[in-house]
Amino acid sequence: MNYTVTLSHLRLCAAAAAVMVLSGCASTANNPQDPLEGYNRVMFSVNDAVDRAVLKPVATGYKNVVPGFAQTGVGNFFGNLSDAWSSVNNLLQGKPEQAGTDFGRVALNSTFGIFGLLDIASEAGMQKSDEDFGQTLGKWGVPSGPYLILPLLGPSTVRDTAALPADIGGDIWKYKEPANWRNIGAGIRVIDTRASLLDASSLLEDAALDRYEFLRDGYLQRRQSQVYDGDVPRQAVDEGDAEAPAAKQ
Amino acid sequence: MKPFMHLAAAAATVAFSTVLVAAPAAAAEAPDALVKRISNEVIDSVKADKDIQSGNRSKIMGLVNEKILPYVDAEKMTQQAAGRHWRSATPEQKQKLTKEFRDLLVYTYAGALSTIKNETVEFKPMRGAATDSDVEVRSQVNVARGEPITLNYRLSNEKGSWKIYDVNVLGAWLVQTYTSTFNSEISKNGVDGLIKRLADRNAQLSSKPLAAPAK
Repeated sequence: MNYTVTLSHLRLCAAAAAVMVLSGCASTANNPQDPLEGYNRVMFSVNDAVDRAVLKPVATGYKNVVPGFAQTGVGNFFGNLSDAWSSVNNLLQGKPEQAGTDFGRVALNSTFGIFGLLDIASEAGMQKSDEDFGQTLGKWGVPSGPYLILPLLGPSTVRDTAALPADIGGDIWKYKEPANWRNIGAGIRVIDTRASLLDASSLLEDAALDRYEFLRDGYLQRRQSQVYDGDVPRQAVDEGDAEAPAAKQ
Repeated sequence: MKPFMHLAAAAATVAFSTVLVAAPAAAAEAPDALVKRISNEVIDSVKADKDIQSGNRSKIMGLVNEKILPYVDAEKMTQQAAGRHWRSATPEQKQKLTKEFRDLLVYTYAGALSTIKNETVEFKPMRGAATDSDVEVRSQVNVARGEPITLNYRLSNEKGSWKIYDVNVLGAWLVQTYTSTFNSEISKNGVDGLIKRLADRNAQLSSKPLAAPAK
């Protein structure tokens, strides 16, 4: 009788210890916006490893080998597709003029811009805005929630992750048939995006003491700036008193 | 006669150098005009200089030190990034930390400058009145691909002349982004630990070649 009780006790203790270790991972986070820091740091290293091994070399090769006009064409083509979704989101956010501009961009670039390869609209002064459903939710008042790094997709927040299915649904290229065209196109888009970020990521390597933290704090601020379209209300920065309050949304 | 000439020469030198030193301050340049001027000067210098475009580090550093650094309040930047730890640092630590942080920013900024090709800068209305002591100058860099890059500056003239104490790129304020790194480093290894870490990074950056093509 005593022996059995002791064994269950042991199992209970082991379970409790496991829970404490796991929650210990989470609670070492001293950043209120990053309660999932334990998981995030792991995912950050995984993504980083994949990036170094595969994506960065391929994107570097792409950037150095593919002629500039072709890279621009690729960027413009996919940018044109994203303008359509951007237009929808601008409408949802109550910004009809910008929605109209985005729609105008798509119309102009798809026709005179030869299926989006040329970005005539920008030259005509129609500014590109980059709206997605996560920003729409933010505009509607949904707070961003904890920082969350997605496998392969990189930094995000709980709100933006929830918005991802909508963004994927709004991605016109998703409906491209046949499947190999679609997949090849998706692959090229990923490489092209990575190539356009090579300078920024190299800057990050130089500037950041702790790349994980630097990326997190920079990303969260940028995200909030996107939700507010650049007009983020000024937050008080404490000089020498308590810690500077981190960006709220 | 001779002593008088000496005196006159000395007086003239003093007057001349006072004019040189006082001229920028006396002009009482508005903060947005200041940023615009520095911005244009730097970009024009980069575009005109093939050496800089091919990554000549010492030239770029020279450009940054000469044209930008005089208008940056490195101490205020460091103080804000260090947050509550600033008060408990000794004056010597404060000085070292400011120097290392400033050097890191210069190296990083120099890296960014070497990638300038055909971009243009557009300035937007300043946030703040001309009579404020703390303003935000807003601009955007128009790039060949994608949306324009927001580039905003916070300036303060609390120390007599307008100086930049924070920069915002793509929505992220530099000081705020460094704050949590500073905080965790100081909590773990103290201010000296942070100073050493910055110094190591700067040593590493100073020997790194600034290549124009992406690495």
